[in-house]
Amino acid sequence: MSQDLDTVGGQLAALASGASTARALTERALARAAQAQNSLNALISSVGTEHALAAADAVDVNRAAGRAGALTGIPYAHKDLFCTAGVATTCGSRMLEHFVPPYSATVHQRIEDAGGVLIGKANMDEFAMGSSNEHSYFGPVHNPWDTTRVPGGSSGGSAALVAARVVPFATASDTGGSIRQPAALCGVTGIKPTYGRVSRWGMVAYASSLDQAGVIALNVEDCARVLDVMSGFDPRDATCTDRAKIDVDSALQRSLKGLRIGRPRQWFGAGIENGVGAAVEAAIAEYARQGASIVDVDLPSSDYAIAAYYVIAPAEASSNLSRFDGVRFGHRCADPKDLADLYRRSRSEGFGREVQKRILTGTYALSAGYYDAYYRRAQQVRRLIANDYARVFADVDVLAGPTSPTVAFKLGAKLADPLALYLADINTVGVNLAGLPAMSLPCGFSEGLPVGLQLVAPTWREDLLYSAGHGYQQVTEWHRAAPPTTSQ
Amino acid sequence: MSVDSAKVRAIAELARLAIPVDQEVSLAAELSAVLDLFDALAAAPVDGLAPLAHPGDPTLRLRPDVVSETDQREALAAVAPAESAGYYLVPKVIE
Repeated sequence: MSQDLDTVGGQLAALASGASTARALTERALARAAQAQNSLNALISSVGTEHALAAADAVDVNRAAGRAGALTGIPYAHKDLFCTAGVATTCGSRMLEHFVPPYSATVHQRIEDAGGVLIGKANMDEFAMGSSNEHSYFGPVHNPWDTTRVPGGSSGGSAALVAARVVPFATASDTGGSIRQPAALCGVTGIKPTYGRVSRWGMVAYASSLDQAGVIALNVEDCARVLDVMSGFDPRDATCTDRAKIDVDSALQRSLKGLRIGRPRQWFGAGIENGVGAAVEAAIAEYARQGASIVDVDLPSSDYAIAAYYVIAPAEASSNLSRFDGVRFGHRCADPKDLADLYRRSRSEGFGREVQKRILTGTYALSAGYYDAYYRRAQQVRRLIANDYARVFADVDVLAGPTSPTVAFKLGAKLADPLALYLADINTVGVNLAGLPAMSLPCGFSEGLPVGLQLVAPTWREDLLYSAGHGYQQVTEWHRAAPPTTSQ
Repeated sequence: MSVDSAKVRAIAELARLAIPVDQEVSLAAELSAVLDLFDALAAAPVDGLAPLAHPGDPTLRLRPDVVSETDQREALAAVAPAESAGYYLVPKVIE
């Protein structure tokens, strides 16, 4: 029987039995990363081979001494917006091209404490703004299933690295779909937890009331194990909530029988590709076969979600990104003639076009005369959307539908029409506005490209996602399919 | 088109961005398209609904009034693009 070294669970088993070591797994990941780099461009900031191997050796010593944590010896990558002390953190931007943070994100600290071995930082849309990973200063990421196509975004590098079996998991973040959509387009599993489940401390901010860190891996169980390490109260993030951890083992064991699944009509509207709709319907039919009950539900405010999101997220971004001023950290223009020139040129040289466009949009939405019509109204719509979800969750356990209305599209296909790219988030942004946990998992193929099934649960009920997602992966094989470009 | 080049310049001034003149027209068109998208909000039935700024309407957490952070001045100054003796350097502000 061949050893499964692609998943977190498989690697942990190999480490526990002595069949492998952290050094061997790290060498394997580094070799695969190097081999995939030319075709995928998924890694941007390097940790350094020697640094990674030294970390691996250190955790091998810990394991030998009986001090193994939940992830001891597992190589992984961070989306490059988690601050890593001593290791460059660029956020996919020229603004932070040379930024080496003096401190580490709580997420990074927790994974390190659990014994994870960081091998590199994953490419991403600049400041997490994008749905195709084409807005990175360091060039686009390519989809491992077809390198002429996008991996989705903004966590495109994380999804591509996991899909290509370089690392068994990667961290990611989700402001409007940035974990779920690339997971769907790359055929991997991604979870965005409840807002407040994971500390945002040390994670470069895009839109603070929406941003939430999560995980991309090859299956639900791996996502659950890693999220368990990342989550928990952190006094350094005022929005991080002190909640009991999920009992992962019992959630994974729960049967699909009796699970109540809501099928939101609005997620199957115009714009959804036939192949995507068919794969998702087949997945829902599988749930019914396993004993779940399926009911159609309505989220009538979904029509307003994209508009509300593209007011609120840029408004928060315009405020958050005001900290980049050429003074305290990040890019600084040459020979500023005065302070205003320093601010303006440093920012316009450091930020890419999409980031500047969102800053301008947000500034406009918050400016005198427009605040009530745009920002305040968008926040009222946000409550409308949250109320929609609360209402349907009175009757169902989880919602199921397509994560993305399309499969991975060609690089450049939507760059000429930015609004078309915004609509890629149509089924994902509502979840962020309401602060709910959600997941995308592979459920089939359309035209040879992966399709993602989105599951959404009520606030703090990640256990329902684990039950529904893991139960599905126990009776299907889609999550095991590997792209043809996988380095073997 | 709801945004013209003059409006782009005005917003860019508020946002402290230096938009090249040759990009003003294309940005005006793109921003107009985004603002047209926002028009959908006008139809939403939100009368009487309180704005939701944050998921779960959290209350601000309080902590004991004790020192919890250590002095990081040198580490934080080290990442500044221009710094001297613990101070950030900026162009002369007062003539």
